Amino acid sequence: MKDLSKANNPYNDEKVISQCSIFGMMDTSGKLHSGERVITAIANMHERGNGLGGGFAIYGCYPDRADDYALQIMYHTRASRTETETYLKKFFDIRFAEEVPTFPMKAIRNPPDVYRYFVQPERVEIHEIITDDDLVARRVFKINSSIKDAYVFSSGKNMGVFKGVGFPEQIAEFFGLKDYYGYIWTAHGRFPTNTQGWWGGAHPFSLLDWTVVHNGEISSYGANRRFLEMYDYVCTMHTDTEVVAYAVDLLARKHGLPIETVMDIFSPPVWEQIDRMEPSRKEYFEALRRVYGPLLLNGPFAIIVAHHGEMVAHTDRIRLRPMVAGLSGDIVYTSSEESSIRLVSPELDRVWIPVGGHPVIARLKSVIGDEIVVGGKAIGGSKVLEVN
Amino acid sequence: MSASEAARAKKESFKSRRVIKLDATGTYYKDLNREIRARAQEGFRLFEVNNVYGQRYLGTNLWGIKDREKIRIRIHGTPGSDMGAFMDGPTLEVFGNAQDAIGNTMNCGRIIVHGSAGDVLGYGMRGGEIYVRGNVGYRVGIHMKEYMNKVPTVVIGGTMQDFFGEYMAGGRIIVLNKFFEGNPPIRQSYFIGTGMHGGSIYVRGDVEAHQIGAEVGISEPTDEEWKVIEKYVAKYCAVFGLEKRQVKLLKREKFWRLSAKSKRPYGRMYAY
Amino acid sequence: MLTSMLPEFRVERNEDRCIQCRVCERQCSFDVYGYDADHDVMIHREENCVACQRCAVLCPTNALNIRINDYTYKPNANWTREHIQDLKKQAETGGVLLTGMGCDKPHKIYWDHILINASQVTNPSIDPLREPMELRTFLGRRPDHLEMKDGKLQTIEHPSVELSTPIMFGAMSYGAISYNSFASLAQAAYEYGTFFNTGEGGWPKELRKYGKATIVQCASGRFGIDLDYFNDASMVEIKIGQGAKPGIGGHLPGEKVSEHISQTRMIPEGSDAISPAPHHDIYSIEDLQMLIHALKEATDYRMPVSVKISAVHNAPAIASGMVRAGADVIVVDGLRGGTGAAPKILRDNVGIPIELALAAVDNRLRDEGIRNWASLVVSGGIRNSGDVFKAIALGADAVYIGTPALMALGCTVCQKCYTGNCAWGITTQNPYLTKRVNPEIGTRNLVNLLRAWSLEIKELLGCGGINSIESVRGNRLQLRGIGLEQWELDVLGIRGAGQ
Repeated sequence: MKDLSKANNPYNDEKVISQCSIFGMMDTSGKLHSGERVITAIANMHERGNGLGGGFAIYGCYPDRADDYALQIMYHTRASRTETETYLKKFFDIRFAEEVPTFPMKAIRNPPDVYRYFVQPERVEIHEIITDDDLVARRVFKINSSIKDAYVFSSGKNMGVFKGVGFPEQIAEFFGLKDYYGYIWTAHGRFPTNTQGWWGGAHPFSLLDWTVVHNGEISSYGANRRFLEMYDYVCTMHTDTEVVAYAVDLLARKHGLPIETVMDIFSPPVWEQIDRMEPSRKEYFEALRRVYGPLLLNGPFAIIVAHHGEMVAHTDRIRLRPMVAGLSGDIVYTSSEESSIRLVSPELDRVWIPVGGHPVIARLKSVIGDEIVVGGKAIGGSKVLEVN
Repeated sequence: MSASEAARAKKESFKSRRVIKLDATGTYYKDLNREIRARAQEGFRLFEVNNVYGQRYLGTNLWGIKDREKIRIRIHGTPGSDMGAFMDGPTLEVFGNAQDAIGNTMNCGRIIVHGSAGDVLGYGMRGGEIYVRGNVGYRVGIHMKEYMNKVPTVVIGGTMQDFFGEYMAGGRIIVLNKFFEGNPPIRQSYFIGTGMHGGSIYVRGDVEAHQIGAEVGISEPTDEEWKVIEKYVAKYCAVFGLEKRQVKLLKREKFWRLSAKSKRPYGRMYAY
Repeated sequence: MLTSMLPEFRVERNEDRCIQCRVCERQCSFDVYGYDADHDVMIHREENCVACQRCAVLCPTNALNIRINDYTYKPNANWTREHIQDLKKQAETGGVLLTGMGCDKPHKIYWDHILINASQVTNPSIDPLREPMELRTFLGRRPDHLEMKDGKLQTIEHPSVELSTPIMFGAMSYGAISYNSFASLAQAAYEYGTFFNTGEGGWPKELRKYGKATIVQCASGRFGIDLDYFNDASMVEIKIGQGAKPGIGGHLPGEKVSEHISQTRMIPEGSDAISPAPHHDIYSIEDLQMLIHALKEATDYRMPVSVKISAVHNAPAIASGMVRAGADVIVVDGLRGGTGAAPKILRDNVGIPIELALAAVDNRLRDEGIRNWASLVVSGGIRNSGDVFKAIALGADAVYIGTPALMALGCTVCQKCYTGNCAWGITTQNPYLTKRVNPEIGTRNLVNLLRAWSLEIKELLGCGGINSIESVRGNRLQLRGIGLEQWELDVLGIRGAGQ
């Protein structure tokens, strides 16, 4: 999408602000669940949104094509589809393509056409050593910054983002999400203040198989953004969420830091507390703050970051945004409001309010071998896990 | 009393004893609250609401109703945020956990939670009582106030998280830290009482200097204060069906009183 | 070590005229004057003088002249006298410098660069003395359309308040100002048919009879708030910020917390009344929505709910969010807004001028198609009826005035409100001083002010050929800019004079 900034920030504000409700659920045994529960939960937090954005991320929803990158693209004009498909044909091996089935409804107006393509990257015009992931990411950036009226909003393997302008329960109905199955679901209901009409502006924001849903406003945005721009991330969406997603990609994927450390970078303890720690912990935090200080996220936030095998819920150091976690058997729930968890899972083994700056990490159980196996079918991916 | 007056009095008395049962399933908060207010205006005082999942502002819209201190609303489920906000008289009892901003700027009445509560409980509270069986979250008791004998009181059975009692100007909070569960006291959290300039917090268990704001002084409760602590903990027992005699054992515990060192904690900050 | 600060003002006494009546000594609340009985002469402690002019005004023989002290430091455009004095004061105290009233720095005043149209030939001007001129204004949400059913108009769901003129008295709390001043504002608003705002200090019971003219504030300190407070009034305003000190809370110094104030605000007598910087239940736009609806529930949806912010860089986006969160009235307070006490560095550096913020907010709401959803009230540096007219032409529904109202009660903007020693008896709680404001005369002066400005606005309407304020609202074609750069004209949405 050319002019992405203009689409997502039509008034050229210095930053797009949006606030909202978030919900996440993960079955740590890898069992797949339909969207029903998460849709009921996010709909219950209707009051926190204003109908101008809703979205879901689903992991494990394309088990039959688990090895292919599932590019989900929205088109606002027919010409943009033609142009994009020409690009895709040249740079990717398209294994399968189809229009994403939708169910028209009165509340959803002027939806774009949404298509999905299961692809592998072709090594065309490549003269360097580069991983498939980086290649796909680069090409997604290319489409998103140069082809007018087309936007790739999901690009991971065996996962998909579904979002648009409407209340989350309406978006779910529009895409028929009740019949999709996944072992991780995250959802978001948005209350934007500067962008109304554009579907791409809703959450989750995704890059490869990382997705972020976010509640709050990051006041350090300007500083975070300028740091990321040094590493060739182009922040065209002008939103906080974009910055969080890129920061996670940089720290976890490119720099190989464990997710706990990434969260420590986002919300380290205050110096008063670091000074009182025992020497090795103190050294650890000092190093993080010295090197990655510009990625400290200041301002109220509650985020749920997910990728294959992990769902992480995290809040700012002084817990200015609500977050409740719940556990029922193998399923971990995280939500802006407890009532939503209770609605879909009245009995909980444990329910708690996480401490500010300390993430709740849900992981697929146990680790052997190089493949993720769910119910006998291989998913593939970069993390090492196993389930039975 | 004439026959019609007697009949009316009997009807009123019947109404005030009858329990109105409401099912909140799929009901928007505005409609639920409106229904409660309409019934209260008719003269009903006892309510039982089931299947509450996130409905907000329960107990807020009861202004101007006669005898509203007699209104009791029993809530089953998880009530939404701002429960009892600006409340002026009624009693709310939650059988489950409660969410954020309970008793926000509450003026009088009682809130009882048979579970834990979220953040920002009792913000700006001016009177009344709140009893929580479990834990509470962040920013509880900010800017509570009191005047003469109108003193708000909060009793917490478990523990609290950071930024407790910020800017307190009056009122009292008693933190039992799982005394009735027989547990040793747990993590007291940080940034307690920053900006405090009135009121008192009584905590069971040790509190270290680095956990409290610079404006806060630690002392032992006086005998007068012990009487007040015991009084409210006895009420806590009554409300949660606990053995009253355990209240006497409280005095054997380490209880510290946190209060403002000065009425003008920021007196030196400004150049006049 | 002696103080190295020089007096800011000099008192010149014409000894021939001075009759040693000692009125100046009694009237001065800053301890400038003394009387030397042995020599029958008045003595001056000029380092205390703040140029409030009380003595000069009341001296029966006009013997006093308060002058700026010219004999100070060597002229220096970078290190002005003010900068030097401020720095020395900080070195002596180690504290944050306080000040009162609005920003006094020479930033561009856009009101003075905007000119108004008049009708000539093609459209007759109207004489307000002979023909009706309508200033009546409604504040509140307007529905997008009206519905008729079976020939009958369906009632408008959203409540609104009615003003006889688009001018209201801005929020000045009882505590920041004296009781007599506060009561004058209440009574004058009631008599004239407009509104006054209680500010965040509570609302004394005896003044509840003016409920029909009262807007109450729900600020972060939640002072004096209970359900009666809301329901006795006509509108509730959530105060997020004010122009003089955007982003920080309020601070009523302990000196001003008398027994009555202690009772109204429910805090200990003599303690500082601190309003926290944010509302601790609003950290995000959906939290604001929650509080707005809590207030609507608490008042049974009978009155509009207003939200007041300071004019900041992203005011348009925030205003849009506020409107969508359910606010029925948006109030924006600009850089020049006044205060009883604020850190000087904030008052002078934080925030933007209201003229620009107003134009930007109005534009944004119209672009999004939601301008109907809330009324827009502005404040911060409105000095006369011309400014009011221009504000409305730029898009405001009404204005709040603070400083002009205090001036009507006697204020001379000496900026020492925070000391609690106001010689005019306005921003003090000292009973010796507060009786200097006579509520009856105060009320009369305020009513006079409203009347005079309203007449002038009618004149301005008339000369533009308009007889109703609705036709001026947002009518930017009635304005032209002069001495402005293109970007300023663009932000204001007006053309240059001659274009």
